[in-house]
Amino acid sequence: MTHSVIELTTTPEDHRIAQLAAAAIGLALIDAAIPLPLPGIKPGLSNIITLIVLARYGWGTAAWVCGLRVIAGGLLLGQFLSPGFFMSLTGAVLSLLVLAGAVHLPRRWFGPVSWSILAAFAHIGGQLLLARLWLIPHNGLFYLVPLFASAALAFGIINGLIAARLLTELPASASNPPPPEVTHA
Amino acid sequence: MRWLALFRPGDWLVAALGLAFCAASFPLVWQGGMAEKAVIKRGGTVFAELDLSRNCRIEVPGPLGITKVVVDKRRVRVASDPGIHQYCVRQGWLERAGEIAICAPNEVSVQVQGGKESYDSLSY
Repeated sequence: MTHSVIELTTTPEDHRIAQLAAAAIGLALIDAAIPLPLPGIKPGLSNIITLIVLARYGWGTAAWVCGLRVIAGGLLLGQFLSPGFFMSLTGAVLSLLVLAGAVHLPRRWFGPVSWSILAAFAHIGGQLLLARLWLIPHNGLFYLVPLFASAALAFGIINGLIAARLLTELPASASNPPPPEVTHA
Repeated sequence: MRWLALFRPGDWLVAALGLAFCAASFPLVWQGGMAEKAVIKRGGTVFAELDLSRNCRIEVPGPLGITKVVVDKRRVRVASDPGIHQYCVRQGWLERAGEIAICAPNEVSVQVQGGKESYDSLSY
């Protein structure tokens, strides 16, 4: 018998990403539990985390947190690699791409609310495109555009406001705690 | 009030643009209602009204010859037409209320109609 212990060395950055991703996954599960009339319309609460991370730690960390949330959320909800998972992935990728641009807008004028609205539209746009190309190859799908767009706007504003409020209420140091003891990791 | 204070000036702009997009999308997408039937006219008079929920093909005789119209999977198209330019054939499938293909040389038109019409009449 050989002692083979794989040691993962983790950085404080890794811990931060893991903690934030865990929070995002929790919100994604709550999201999935909220009943809504039309499939495809969801509040997208976990994007609040993405917005906060984007504001505090930059786009790279936000992409990590968002990607982990999509994959782990998919595993937990039992839809990993199912159409629902790919819809979620497409939405996440498109909104991250838009956020990469939106984050460079002047902060004095454009805040998390703008980011959230833009990301919500990118999210639903990407999903509609994937659905049209793959799942429902029929233009009848576009009859639902007004509903999806309205939901994107409403939830985009709400999530953006929550993120903006949390950003003002949590001082930067509180959401950036010293890394926990690494020994138990 | 505390929530409104979280809006930055540009946020209002983005929200307004989003609202404009939503408001514009309703009439754009839903103007004619759901596509329900295809109205085929010959020489300005109604030749046939086809229910889009039933697949069928129909031959419309015009001054130049026969125009064939096909309904399939809630869509309709002109399959063949004796006209020279073949504009109406090349238009392909029509599936949304208000869409129309006109085979002018043969005086045949195919229009998809929904619950209500978005304009009153069409004349050649």
